[in-house]
Amino acid sequence: MAQLPISYSASITLNVNGTDHQIEVDHRWTLLRVLRDVLGLTGAKRGCDRGECGACTVLVDGDPVCSCSMLALQVGGRQVRTVEGLGDANSLNVLQEAFLAEDGGQCGFCTPGFIMSATALLESNTDPTEDEIKAALVGNICRCNAYGRIIESVKAAAKSEAS
Amino acid sequence: MKPFKFEQATTAVQASQTHADAAPNARFISGGTDILGEIKESVLEVNILVSLAGLSGASEIISSDLGLEIGALVTLARIASDQSIVETYPALAQAAESVATPQIRNVGTLGGNLCQRPRCWYYRSPLFDCLKKGGETCFASDEGNKYHAILGAENCHIVHPSDVAVALLALDATVVVSNASGDRQMPIGDFFVSPDVNMLAENVLEPGEFVSKVKIPKPSSGTRSVYLKAKERQAYDFALSSVAVSLEVRDETITQAHVVLGGVAPVPYSVPQVDSELTGQKIREVDVQAIGQLAVKDAQPLSDNSYKVRLTASMVARAVSRLISE
Repeated sequence: MAQLPISYSASITLNVNGTDHQIEVDHRWTLLRVLRDVLGLTGAKRGCDRGECGACTVLVDGDPVCSCSMLALQVGGRQVRTVEGLGDANSLNVLQEAFLAEDGGQCGFCTPGFIMSATALLESNTDPTEDEIKAALVGNICRCNAYGRIIESVKAAAKSEAS
Repeated sequence: MKPFKFEQATTAVQASQTHADAAPNARFISGGTDILGEIKESVLEVNILVSLAGLSGASEIISSDLGLEIGALVTLARIASDQSIVETYPALAQAAESVATPQIRNVGTLGGNLCQRPRCWYYRSPLFDCLKKGGETCFASDEGNKYHAILGAENCHIVHPSDVAVALLALDATVVVSNASGDRQMPIGDFFVSPDVNMLAENVLEPGEFVSKVKIPKPSSGTRSVYLKAKERQAYDFALSSVAVSLEVRDETITQAHVVLGGVAPVPYSVPQVDSELTGQKIREVDVQAIGQLAVKDAQPLSDNSYKVRLTASMVARAVSRLISE
């Protein structure tokens, strides 16, 4: 009789949006899988699942990463931030408001990833040029082709933060 | 995805022994952006991933009068933005900056970049049992070879995917590899091997061995360097063709030259005939177009990639032109 494959599991502490979670993970699970399927944080999306599209972008220790291309075990003990940590439906943060006001999302699938990349940019550079915005968002793909509105959204958020 | 064990090593000895004991079904992992793709796409099956991320001392950049030492765990984002690298080893910073996307550069490491596997679409597809995977055919030989090699390939036509390796070779870097009994080091040109030497690997690493650091000698005051990369998309993409050039110029004369091509051969590809041709020339008298042509003199394009011959000649001309007008 065929043996079932042995799967390995481990317990990790994952700090997500400021809260520690003690989670039992299969060694194979990506950070994205844990965020979506274990913690129910479905902002980060599974797009290409190979690090090309940026729909799964979250911040790890402040830097944008593709959560589909890291194992959860690589992130144990580190600080993870997702779009859910920025604001909620009743109190959106400045970037989220700007994406709404400037129509920076169309179908919306890529939007959380763009907002997380833009969050990291604005935290290190409060007054980015258009070229700096493009360089920061180059790892995020929008198949609706809303790039112009997305760049305007980030500019508006920077301006709003400055005022 | 089949089950595998992820083991966090805390010492080099432990990492090496764990890997060697489980070879050939063990792999090292640092950032993981390349190897996780291989596993997800069922190109690679592993029993154990040995993480190097916890090793001490492998995340440092040390700059001195002798040169630079970069730990294998340093991310590409740090290499691209480190001030000492940007100022003194510009080709390396430019190569690191050209890799993939910010998300990948924040995670991908120097060691992982050097050890990444080929991007050949036959190799990366589980549907093709190609030479690189132990099969009997190179599917790129006859067709579907737009992105494949034009130089230095015999049976298997992969191109080496690393940008950073191309710059490091032009900068005469040394690779330090470690195992349980210590270190050995070699010029980076000796680290990489073509499929004709070893079909199943792109470098000389033995079971239990991993890249621990890279050393670059400090360039003389008259040295300048550049890395240029042609790609289809301006983001994420691997090189269609790339070139790193390092020139030492004294009294308007080129006293040393090292031109290295990327994206066109199974290994980062030195062209010593170009180096010799450039050396001794007055910078005002260099015929950059002729230098570009010389760089691709031995090219043997496949059915779909003769564009790479002209492109590479042009990239070399452009890189040399930029450096001699600095």
